Amino acid sequence: MLKGKQIPKIIWPLLALAAILLFNLLFTDHFFRITIRDGHLFGSLIDILRRCAPTMIMAIAMTYVIATGGIDISVGSVLAISGSIASLVVWGGSTNYLAGDDEAIYAAVGLIILIPLLASLALGAFNGLMVSVVGLQPFIATLILMTAGRGIAQLLTGGKVLNFSHAGFEFVGRGYFLGIPFPFILAMLVLLLGLAITKLTPMGLYIQAVGGNRSASQYSGINTKFVILFVYIFSGFAAGLAGLVMTADITGADAGFMGLYMELDAILAVVIGGTPMEGGKYNLKGTVVGVLIIQTLTTTILTRGVPPEYTTIVKAIVVLAVLIIQSRKVRELIEHRTMIRAAKEAESV
Amino acid sequence: MSEKLLEAKGVSKTFPGVRALSNVDFALGRGEIHGLMGENGAGKSTLIKAITGVFPRDEGDIFLDGEVIHPHSPMDAEALGISTVYQEVNLLPNLSVAENLIIGRQPMKRGCIDWKTINNDAIKILQKFDINIDVTELLGSYSIAIQQMVAIARALELDSKLLILDEPTSSLNLDEVQKLFIQMRRLKEEGQSIIFVTHFLDQVFEITDKITVLRNGEYVGEYNTADLTKLDLISKLMGKALDELKEFEHIAENKVDEDAEALLCTDGSGKAGYLNPFNIYINKGDVVGLAGLLGSGRSEIANMLFGIVKPDKGSMSIRNKKIKISSPAQALKNHIALCPEDRKNEGIIAGLSVKENIVLALQVKQGWLKNINTRKQNELARKYIDMLDIKTPSVDQAIENLSGGNQQKVIVARWLATNPELLIVDEPTRGIDVGAKTEIQKLIVQLAQDGMGVLFISSEIEEVVRCSNRVYVLQERSVVGELAGSDIDEHKIMHTIAGKGE
Repeated sequence: MLKGKQIPKIIWPLLALAAILLFNLLFTDHFFRITIRDGHLFGSLIDILRRCAPTMIMAIAMTYVIATGGIDISVGSVLAISGSIASLVVWGGSTNYLAGDDEAIYAAVGLIILIPLLASLALGAFNGLMVSVVGLQPFIATLILMTAGRGIAQLLTGGKVLNFSHAGFEFVGRGYFLGIPFPFILAMLVLLLGLAITKLTPMGLYIQAVGGNRSASQYSGINTKFVILFVYIFSGFAAGLAGLVMTADITGADAGFMGLYMELDAILAVVIGGTPMEGGKYNLKGTVVGVLIIQTLTTTILTRGVPPEYTTIVKAIVVLAVLIIQSRKVRELIEHRTMIRAAKEAESV
Repeated sequence: MSEKLLEAKGVSKTFPGVRALSNVDFALGRGEIHGLMGENGAGKSTLIKAITGVFPRDEGDIFLDGEVIHPHSPMDAEALGISTVYQEVNLLPNLSVAENLIIGRQPMKRGCIDWKTINNDAIKILQKFDINIDVTELLGSYSIAIQQMVAIARALELDSKLLILDEPTSSLNLDEVQKLFIQMRRLKEEGQSIIFVTHFLDQVFEITDKITVLRNGEYVGEYNTADLTKLDLISKLMGKALDELKEFEHIAENKVDEDAEALLCTDGSGKAGYLNPFNIYINKGDVVGLAGLLGSGRSEIANMLFGIVKPDKGSMSIRNKKIKISSPAQALKNHIALCPEDRKNEGIIAGLSVKENIVLALQVKQGWLKNINTRKQNELARKYIDMLDIKTPSVDQAIENLSGGNQQKVIVARWLATNPELLIVDEPTRGIDVGAKTEIQKLIVQLAQDGMGVLFISSEIEEVVRCSNRVYVLQERSVVGELAGSDIDEHKIMHTIAGKGE
């Protein structure tokens, strides 16, 4: 009997990433050059790691949400709320910083980070309760916060762009640790946190079970409401953290535009990574690669000086190509062919 | 013109792993109301779907008016003159009642839809059923019963050769059923032929001329309704001739051990509108059977004991200690396990592997902090794969790739792994082949002999008789009888089910 040689699914997004990198190796000068300046690594590749961090943080949490059969489209707005609160805290709660005495009211880094994160956890819990207890469809439940959230963020900042300079807090978005951009280290920490929760506790199994068959999960004794609540809280937390990174990076919060459409990038990364939208399975490594694909693509387009009006189109075409390669039909076709070839080889031996 | 309106000869249909119809015959005369009966999984719906073109038949021929038909879709069938009302309303709740009644054949007036005529026509159609409602309201704003009546009215209005009513009465009350029957009789007088699928014995005796019985996808026979008694029909549905029943071999120990340790006992547990208060007890080493027709409350008892549904009256005790069970997790902690009835929707978790499906309930029982690691998972899975002889290429195989019987064994393994003291199995052998069926029955008896208490629920009475040492009989959501030891036989159970009417 032929032993089914299963091609691991991660191979497809990895191939796509390799293809984009190969393109750059051939056609983009200095893309792979990494230099050391002031003890920090510099170069296009390092830039990719730094810039992809907010999306990666959100996409990791989004992977779990999608694995339960849900979706969280409010993360962009939660990000904006978190960033706005952070800027507010920097200014001691005052939006009148332009009036003058701005030196005295700078807050401690701990507070600037803690308060927005607590708010984001609460927002995630709101989403989770809407989905698990109230029973709203995830898309609708998180649509509420997606639209209302941006309004809340703008109300918080009084419609102003809150700029600041705060050496301690800026490190979150701009710093380097052991030469590596700090935001990327944060993203890796979120990845580790996610892995710890899902591998060291049964949460990973429960998430897949709930996404695969909620009714059967309930019959198995799983507290399905709690599992669903958890993934949305984690997603809220991740969006809040991403908001801190972005705010610290641009040293300001523009409530109207921060994180706009980023929920779509996060969802796209999850899907490119091979996690099915219908839930029941997830591929965390795939998500990480998916984020890298999106960011590498964006950086490539920018460094090659493609006119900005084309960037979204180019991005869409590449993403479409990746998704087509990954589609079950195409994959089955390829696997079928390799199986036939293997069978023929086995016969000829 | 052929004598029969519709004839099916040797129709077979196989789904992956299941032979749903095997060489089934069916014949419907003109102006006849013909009951199609069978237990769940007997193949009634499959036959209807083959006739209405929901899927193609594998073998056999279907003749309408003497000509072979091959409908490719329900629309196709409707064009041939076959109109169908399904159990679940499949009209459009987002349109008005009138639109639902007239859709597809709207009268036009000067290039515009003639709403006035539509609404008046709709009112007239519904008046035949004594339904006086605002036909311009959305269909979805009315009760399921009204919606079902609208669906029936619509089907009756279509000028069709053949009308199929697939369990249309399950959501209707007695009054509404009578109104439907009046219309059916009127149509019959006009020469309309009707296939009537139902679970309700009384109804089938009241309205039909002939009855065809299917069992396990096979044709059992066609009977004149007038020649059948209720008990005859039950025995045909269940699949044992009355005189054969006594010879059936017991595999259960036929004695009731009076000294056995009490495991579970209910005292008037019940919930309004769900299950009437019931008293049952299960001791260690018992296999207690629950027998009764579909909808008699069998699964409802299981759901209540397992905490899926909370009782609103009565009490329950485990090992003589009063206890309230309000969630499956709590039931698990009290060493109760339920292998649910609906394997596909309540049992297997399709995305997960065999091993993950097995460890799931044990993991829940152990709690959040004691994670079962991969090595342990593999060990457990291998243990139960050996013990239950589950046929799977590996522990990591996706469960949906297993056959129905093996999937069922995986679900049984899931619950055995939790080391239960009381195991509730609801239809553990439904839809699986004979070999696997016997294995599961033997396993259940063996588990009881090892000291477990088992509540055994099945729609197949022979199976209940075979495995149980006590049986509770259910009827209309109440426990109506109890049989023990050598008193258990199919005849007695059927008599109890059929009630005092016989």
